[in-house]
Amino acid sequence: MKSGKFWAWVVFILGAAYFFIPLIATVEFSMRMRRGAYSFDAYQIVLGDARFQATFTYSVVAAVFTIILGVLIVVPAAYWIRLRLPQIRPVVEFITLLPLVIPAIVIVFGYIRMYGSNSPLPFLANDTATNALLVIGYATLSLPYMYRAVDTGLRTIDVRTLTEAAQILGAGWGTIITRVILPNVLIAVLSGAFLTFAIVIGEFTMASLLNRPAFGPYLQNIGANRAYEPAALAIIAFAITWGCMSLIQILSRFAPKSANRPN
Amino acid sequence: MAEPFLSIQHVRKSFGATTVVQDFNLDVEPGEFVSFLGPSGCGKTTVLRMVAGFEEPSAGKIVVSGKDITRLKPNQRNVGMVFQAYALFPNLTVAQNIAFGLKVAGMPRADADRRVAEMLDIIKLPQMADRYPYQLSGGQQQRIALARAIAPKPKLLLLDEPLSALDAKVRVSLREEIRSIQKKLGITTIFVTHDQEEALSISDRIAVMYGGKAEQVGTPFEIYNRPATKFVANFVGTLNVLEGKVTDAASGKVQVNSQEVSLKGKLNGSKSGDTLSLALRPEAISLGRQPGHDTSLSGEIAEVHFLGSVIRVRVGIGGNTVSLDTFNNSTTPPPVVGDKADISFSSGDMLVLH
Repeated sequence: MKSGKFWAWVVFILGAAYFFIPLIATVEFSMRMRRGAYSFDAYQIVLGDARFQATFTYSVVAAVFTIILGVLIVVPAAYWIRLRLPQIRPVVEFITLLPLVIPAIVIVFGYIRMYGSNSPLPFLANDTATNALLVIGYATLSLPYMYRAVDTGLRTIDVRTLTEAAQILGAGWGTIITRVILPNVLIAVLSGAFLTFAIVIGEFTMASLLNRPAFGPYLQNIGANRAYEPAALAIIAFAITWGCMSLIQILSRFAPKSANRPN
Repeated sequence: MAEPFLSIQHVRKSFGATTVVQDFNLDVEPGEFVSFLGPSGCGKTTVLRMVAGFEEPSAGKIVVSGKDITRLKPNQRNVGMVFQAYALFPNLTVAQNIAFGLKVAGMPRADADRRVAEMLDIIKLPQMADRYPYQLSGGQQQRIALARAIAPKPKLLLLDEPLSALDAKVRVSLREEIRSIQKKLGITTIFVTHDQEEALSISDRIAVMYGGKAEQVGTPFEIYNRPATKFVANFVGTLNVLEGKVTDAASGKVQVNSQEVSLKGKLNGSKSGDTLSLALRPEAISLGRQPGHDTSLSGEIAEVHFLGSVIRVRVGIGGNTVSLDTFNNSTTPPPVVGDKADISFSSGDMLVLH
């Protein structure tokens, strides 16, 4: 075996150990609830907890609405920027990065100040409006990922020529976006959607400060008061995130192949 | 005279301070195949895109069948277009690509399927219906793009350098196929190209463009044999340009390197003492004095290139160099560089460039 290959394996094993040992430790700990024997008691308690089901369902619904809102905003915007306004792309890229730079707590305090019950837009006046505000906040947080995923998808196709080809065949904007552009960037959109899903499921700051019954605050609450259940929850949350990533990988195999990039 | 099918009238297009098309005029008859020929940046694609509706003219109008379409959106013009980059929809099969325009127009499924099959037969790819674009070669993709463009029976077909991304062999066969389909369907067609051979071989008429203007519009024969401007003469085909000086305008005498040439009736108002650019196609010139050629010039062999079936010879005549081809003959050795040589031609083949 060549020495280069040997060191590559050493680095790989160290990296894998760094990643897997805490994970295995957490799994092992989460299964030690029953004294003297391994069991899934912690998982049974967590999954059977009505609050787990309620908060998880709440966050899943919020994620679905966030994804819909994100797609409705990002896909037409990214498409139009590629088609007609390429000169403002750097500005838009900078704007979409802002949620990574500005902490969620700053954004949510801004919301509370802007949309309080005395505001002309009193989002905090009732639960439904606050839920809507939370979804808007989530859409903002997921903007860097959703925009980049969609923009990368658009980069793989010749947006301008395909648009013109559809136009000259009689298609209007609705047909162009739904039948030409969206199907060709669908996998990119789904990647953005799953990233959004993963962010929303684990988000704590916004949901907590807006006092919404989401999964993030529930995780924190359990973590502060129990021993084994938080470990089980961490593994469950981890499995959900990895499930999302795996789905992105599986779906990308079904991406429409470009004539120029057959493989 | 009957009304033209397509009339491009005084069209101008500016992008900011840059004018890319200036006062472009062209009438196209029904069923005619017209090529826009010119170098990159001459405005030919911009004119085509204005006809398609992708660019709006800064001035002038575009009329199709008597109807002003200048401000109509591309999807309202009933025009078919084939793009240089094929532009097939990657997510759709060949059949779905061809049916796209038919579906958008609301054609019933059965009729659309029939039309798709008909189109696949026309382009001779009936077995490709279920393939995806990435599974096809460039030539096949462009034929599908052609089928897709003509499937909705457009009034006008626009071809934007459709052959330039293909290899030479496919280019030749596909251009013949395009012409044959165009003739069969009788569809009025505008073809943009920078390849003169392409334009000369398949067009009814050619508009040679330069600097945003049509330098000359004419049949391939006229464009090649009677170029109206120096640019057209230089751009289309190979041309030998000789600088001459008018010695006697009345009798059409012009001096080329102290040798006299008679160009009676071709001087177009030039005065004695004027300098002129005279042009000759290589195929009009023979090495040595030949019967039927009324004019000859003496010079010296400057270069000889043996190309197999032909020998390319360059003859220096004073400050001018004339290029000509002679057929290779196994019994006659090629000319030798430095030898004195005469070239002869018919004065009628000499063009005066303005």
